[in-house]
Amino acid sequence: MESLDSLVQSALSGDKKAIARLITLVENDEEKAREIIRRIYPHTGRAYVVGITGPPGSGKSTLLDKLIKLARNEGHKVGVIAIDPTSPFTGGALLGDRLRMQRHSTDPGVFIRSMATRGSLGGLAKATNDAVKVLDAAGYDLIFVETVGVGQIEVDIVKTADTVVLVTVPGLGDEVQAIKAGLMEVADIFAINKADREGVEMVHLELKMALEFEREKWKQIGWEPPIVETTAFTLKGVRPLWEAIKRHRKHMEESGRLRERRAFRAREEVKTIIASTVARKVEERLERGEAGELINEVVERKLDPYSAAQIVMEKLKEDLWR
Amino acid sequence: MVERSKVRVVIAKPGLDGHDRGAKVVARALKEAGYEVIYTGIRQTPEQIIETVIQEDAAVLGISILSGAHMVLIPKIIKLLEERGIKPNEDIVIFAGGIIPPDDAEELKKMGVAEVFGPGTPLRTVIEFVDKAVQNLKRFKA
Repeated sequence: MESLDSLVQSALSGDKKAIARLITLVENDEEKAREIIRRIYPHTGRAYVVGITGPPGSGKSTLLDKLIKLARNEGHKVGVIAIDPTSPFTGGALLGDRLRMQRHSTDPGVFIRSMATRGSLGGLAKATNDAVKVLDAAGYDLIFVETVGVGQIEVDIVKTADTVVLVTVPGLGDEVQAIKAGLMEVADIFAINKADREGVEMVHLELKMALEFEREKWKQIGWEPPIVETTAFTLKGVRPLWEAIKRHRKHMEESGRLRERRAFRAREEVKTIIASTVARKVEERLERGEAGELINEVVERKLDPYSAAQIVMEKLKEDLWR
Repeated sequence: MVERSKVRVVIAKPGLDGHDRGAKVVARALKEAGYEVIYTGIRQTPEQIIETVIQEDAAVLGISILSGAHMVLIPKIIKLLEERGIKPNEDIVIFAGGIIPPDDAEELKKMGVAEVFGPGTPLRTVIEFVDKAVQNLKRFKA
């Protein structure tokens, strides 16, 4: 196995094998992630990150395939992180997003990586952020992060992107309700995909009405989320969607909101790192024999859980400041 | 034993055959066993397959062929991998499935294919093979 330094050097010069290995390492190994990110961080910050989220089967990957093409035509080097769920029962995952984008896999200016959600919220957010940084440092200046936008985990991941595109489709019924409930606030652009299907006017209208409620807020920030109807399969509406992404980028850069959102991202990142480190140390502490005795005392009503936690936290100080 | 969820497997269908049932069933079985499986879809060129292996940093490549073109496509995939410094059985486990006559299977094994599975192979056999074969890879020995 190559040394970390030479691996990082190769990745910075664009070697795809080295880039891929670095992503594996940041995903699998916390110690290595720390070492790698420290080395590459000075080379990051050039990439623009676009999050794409929406319900399963809404055509995100197919839409993304077409967007990659347009971005390549304009000279971008494109990175993609496509996230699919891990089975909570077996720990395995079937990652199929890539299938829709395979024609780009031999393009030297495109790097596509599938990622499974694996265990925890913190873990996935951290792995995604770190993988984005690896691609950024390796010279990919436009990075798409694709997630299934159903759960809070996925929403938390895309909401730190520079531009967030929410994809929906006609005929989902309650789906628009779900969007209103949690996703409305994070979307900068709405795409109604499969717009050749029946019911597209209805979705459009519902989104528009939901956006109405926020009109004052949009006015204030100077960006009203556009609703773009797309049919990825025939390319209809794909260029307008790409133009909307570029318009939003311009708005973010010129209004100073990009800086704001990146500050938010940095804050979330630092928070996630702290939280996951602490969570791991807590687990380690509780694995020990002495903790077992404390737990027993709680069971036997000799000690209440708050007092037990207090005792463990005192000990935790040693673990954290070592 | 290597943790299955940290082993990435690419299941690929090269060439012009669209019979993807076998590939999908094997992909599904490995997923259910706890592996992270990336499926390429049908009609892939050897170049697309090795790029997928590289970008996904796969430790295992399963190739499904039912078209009869295995003696052309599989050697080409192995050659391209070797050109990129990826050695069969050291850096990657390659296995094949489909309609592959015994003589051809022997030949493929000499080239670096670790195992060839024919029709009727129990899924458990495939899973047990992957479990064992990945133990010898350089990345999991370090």
